[in-house]
Amino acid sequence: MTDRSTAAILLLPPDGVSGTRKALSMSLWLAALAIPTLVPGYTPLANQMVVMILFALSLDLLVGFTGIVTLGHAALFGTGAYTAGILALRLTNDPLITALCGMAAAALVGLVTGSCMLRTKGLAFLVLSLAAAFMLHELANMASSVTGGDDGLQGVSFSPLLGVFEFDFRGHTAFYYSLACLFAAFLLVRRVVNSPFGWSLRGIRENDGRMRAIGCPIYARRLAAYVMSSALAGLAGALQAQTTQFVALNSLSLELSGDVLIMLILGGSGRLYGAFVGVPLFMFAQDLLAKEDPANWYLGQGLILMVMTLFVPGGVLGLVERLRRNLGRGGRR
Amino acid sequence: MEIKKSEWGGETMTAIVTVLFFGVAYGMILYLISVGLSVTMGLMGFVNLAHGVFAMLGGYAAVTLMNQTGMSLFAALPLACLAVTVVGFVLERTLYSRLYGRSELDQVLFSMGLILISMALVRLIWGPMAQPVQLPDYLKGQSLVGGIELPTYRFVLVAFGAAVIVALWVIFERTLFGARIRAAVDNRGMAQAIGIDTGRLFAVTFGLGTGLAALGGALGADVLAIAPNYPLHYIVYFMVVVAVGGLGSIRGPFIAALSIGLADTACKYLLPEMGSVFIFAFVFALLLWRPNGITGKR
Amino acid sequence: MNGSAPILETRKLNRFFGSVRVTGDVDFALHPGERRAVIGPNGAGKTTFVNLLSGRLAPSSGQVLLGGETVTALGEAQRIKRGMGRTFQITSLFPNLSVRKNVFLAVAEHEGVAWNLFRSAASHRDQFGRVDELLERVGLADVAEVKAQDLPYGRQRLLEIAVALALRPKVLLLDEPAAGIPTSESHIILTILDTLPKDIAVLLIDHDMDLVFRFAQRITVLVQGSIMVEGTPAEIAANERVRKIYLGESDHAAA
Repeated sequence: MTDRSTAAILLLPPDGVSGTRKALSMSLWLAALAIPTLVPGYTPLANQMVVMILFALSLDLLVGFTGIVTLGHAALFGTGAYTAGILALRLTNDPLITALCGMAAAALVGLVTGSCMLRTKGLAFLVLSLAAAFMLHELANMASSVTGGDDGLQGVSFSPLLGVFEFDFRGHTAFYYSLACLFAAFLLVRRVVNSPFGWSLRGIRENDGRMRAIGCPIYARRLAAYVMSSALAGLAGALQAQTTQFVALNSLSLELSGDVLIMLILGGSGRLYGAFVGVPLFMFAQDLLAKEDPANWYLGQGLILMVMTLFVPGGVLGLVERLRRNLGRGGRR
Repeated sequence: MEIKKSEWGGETMTAIVTVLFFGVAYGMILYLISVGLSVTMGLMGFVNLAHGVFAMLGGYAAVTLMNQTGMSLFAALPLACLAVTVVGFVLERTLYSRLYGRSELDQVLFSMGLILISMALVRLIWGPMAQPVQLPDYLKGQSLVGGIELPTYRFVLVAFGAAVIVALWVIFERTLFGARIRAAVDNRGMAQAIGIDTGRLFAVTFGLGTGLAALGGALGADVLAIAPNYPLHYIVYFMVVVAVGGLGSIRGPFIAALSIGLADTACKYLLPEMGSVFIFAFVFALLLWRPNGITGKR
Repeated sequence: MNGSAPILETRKLNRFFGSVRVTGDVDFALHPGERRAVIGPNGAGKTTFVNLLSGRLAPSSGQVLLGGETVTALGEAQRIKRGMGRTFQITSLFPNLSVRKNVFLAVAEHEGVAWNLFRSAASHRDQFGRVDELLERVGLADVAEVKAQDLPYGRQRLLEIAVALALRPKVLLLDEPAAGIPTSESHIILTILDTLPKDIAVLLIDHDMDLVFRFAQRITVLVQGSIMVEGTPAEIAANERVRKIYLGESDHAAA
C-alpha cells in the first residue's frame, strides 16, 4: 500500500469516476440521511429498503461481477437473521455482537456450501444452490424449538446500540444503524471491485477458461467472492432481525432468493448502484400492485423479468447509460 | 405428495409394498413431467426453470374439462395434452427461441418471469385454492391386492404412465424423428450440416416435451396438487431429476425419477418429521460426485 | 541440436479419444530460444498435441517435461507458473474489458498482485508500466482503452500474443495465430514474432505455409498423430513424402 492510510484509501472514490457521478452519489447518501426528518412515517419502509439494498448488493458481487448465478442466496440472509435472533433470545442481545456473529455464521455456511457447489457449474450449480437453500429451509422448519418453525422467531429485542441509542418505535435508530452498515458495506464492495481481485472476478465472468490459462486459481477466487458475498448477505439478515425484531421462516425461502435477484436485475447488475435503484423500484411496484390481489404482483414481476431479458438487458441503469450515450452522440453531431 | 397415515399397514411387508407402489407412481409422474425438460435442455442448452408451468397447465386443463363438461378422464387427458403442446410450440417459436445462445442468467430470469406470469394468470382464472380432482366412481376407493389396500386410481396411473413411457422410448430409439433428436443433442453443427432443420426440430421437440409434462401434471393431479404455486413448489424436484439424470438423455431421468420417487416416499414414511432433507442431502452429494448426472460424462 | 538441455520435451506421448489414437508415441524436444513449427494435414492432431503440452488435456500415456521436470500430472495453471504460455486457435479474450485490462489481468496474476483486495487496480503503476510496454511491442498502444470485442479480428490475435507474453513464458505455444487473417496480412504476425525475446522457445502451428517456412528454424510434420519427419525448412520442402501427403494437398487445392 502507498503512504496514504488504509482509512483514507477506503474512503476515496475509485479513479476514473466522473465529477457528476460523484456529486450524484454524494447527494443520494445525504438525501437518505434526511428521510426520518422529512418523511418520518416512511422510516420503517426506508429501513426495509436499506436492508434489501445491502442484500442485493451482496448478490451483485456474485451475479454481476463474478458471473455466478445462484437461486439460493436467501440461505445466507436467513442464516444471518436466525443467528442474530437466536443469540438475542439465548445469549446476548447486543446489536453489534449479534450482527458480527450473523456475518460470521453466514460466511461459514457460504464457505462450506460454496466449497462444494463451486466445483460445478451450469445446471448442476443451479440445482445445488436450490437444494442447499431448500435443505436449510427444511431444517429451520423442523428445528422449531430453536427457530420457532413456521411461526418464526417472535419478540426478538436488542439492547441499545453502543449502549446509548435505543431501538425506538419510530424506527429512527434502526434506520440510521442500517444505513451506516450499508454505507460501510458499499465502500468495501466498491474498493474490492476496483482492486486487481475485483478485476480478476470480471475476468472470470467474461471467460473463465482464459483466466485459468493465465494462471488464475479460479476456484479459490470464486470461493473468496462467495464467502465475502455470504458475509454481507448475513449482515443484511442480521439487520433485518434487529430492526424488525422478528425472523420469519420466509427469510430462507426460494421466494426471497428470487425476489432479491429480480431487484438486482431491475436496477442493473454489475454496476454497484443497481441494487440502490432496483430495490426501491421493486418495493414501490409491490406496494402498488399487491394491494388488490397478489396475482397482480406476480404478473407485474413476471412482466418485469420478461421485458428486462427481452428488451432491456442491463436493467434501468443500463437503459440510462444507453440513453445518455445516444443523446451525447446526437449532441455532438 | 401426501400419504395418509391410515393407508399404511402395520406389518413390514405391507409397508414395503406400499412404499414401492406409491414411490413408483410418484416417480413415474416426475419422469413424465421432467423427461421433456431433459431432452430440450440437452438439445438447446436452454436453462428452462419454467417447465413445471406446462405440467400445471395440463393439470388445470384436464381438471376443468372433467369437472365442467363431465368429460371422462381418458378423453380429457389427450385433449389437455394436445392443448398444452400447442401452447408450448407457440411459446417456443415466439419467445424461447429469442433467447437461445443468451447467457444462463438471461435464461434463468426469463423462465422465472414465465413462472410468475403463469402463476398470476392461473390465480386470476381459477382462484388461489387447489383444484380437486373428481374421479369417476369406478376409479375411486381402494383395491385389495395380496391383502393390501391400495388406491385404485394409482394403478391406472402406473399402467397408463408405463404405456406412455414405452411409446416414448420406441419413438426416441426407433424412429427417424428420434434419431434426429439424438443426432442434434450429440452435435448440433453436424445435424445442421446433414440437412436437419434444427429450428423446426427444436420447436416440435419443445412442444412434445411440454405435452408430456401436461400429461404428467394431469395424470398426477392427486399426487402433485394442482394449485397456482405448482411451478415454484415442485421446481426443485423437476430440476433435480434432470440434473441427476443427465441432460439430453431419456433413460437417465427415468432412473433418477424412480429413485427420487421411491426415496422421497420412503423418507416421508419412515421419518415424516425429517421431510425431504435426506433426499436433498443425497442429491447434493451425488451431484458433487457426478456434476453431469448419472448418464453424463464425468 | 544446439547441445543445451531441451526446455520442453515429450516421451512416448499417447492420447486416445475412445478407441481412436489422436496422438501416437510422440517423442518431441524443443530447446531454449528455438523457433519451431508443427505442421500436418487437417485432423493430424496438432491442436490435441498443443493441448497435451499446455496441460489442457491429460495424456493417455507418456510424459511431458518442462525445464527438465516431469509436469505430466500438473494442470494448466501449474504449468503456466513453470513457464508455459499459449494462445488459442479460436480467439479467447475478455470481450467486454478494455485491451489494457485484458493484459493487466495476466500481468496481475503473474506478478502475484491479483489477490490484492483493497488497493485499487489503477494504482498498480509498476504493473501498468509493463502492460503498456507489452502493448507497445505488439503495436496495440493506440487502442489500449478500446474494448477487446471492438477490435478488428487481426488485432485481437495480437492481443492474444500480448496476454501470453505477459506471463513471461519460457515456452510459447502459438495455435494458429494467423487463423482468420488474410494471407496478405500475415506478415504483421511475422514481424511481431520476430520481436519476441530471443530466449523464449516458440512453437507455432499454422496452415499458412508462407508464414511457417519464413518463421521456423525447424519443422515437425505430424501425420495421424505421429511424427512423420522433422528437419530444417529446406529439408522438409525437399522431402518427397511430405510433398505427397501434405504439400501435395495445397497443390491440388491450387490447381
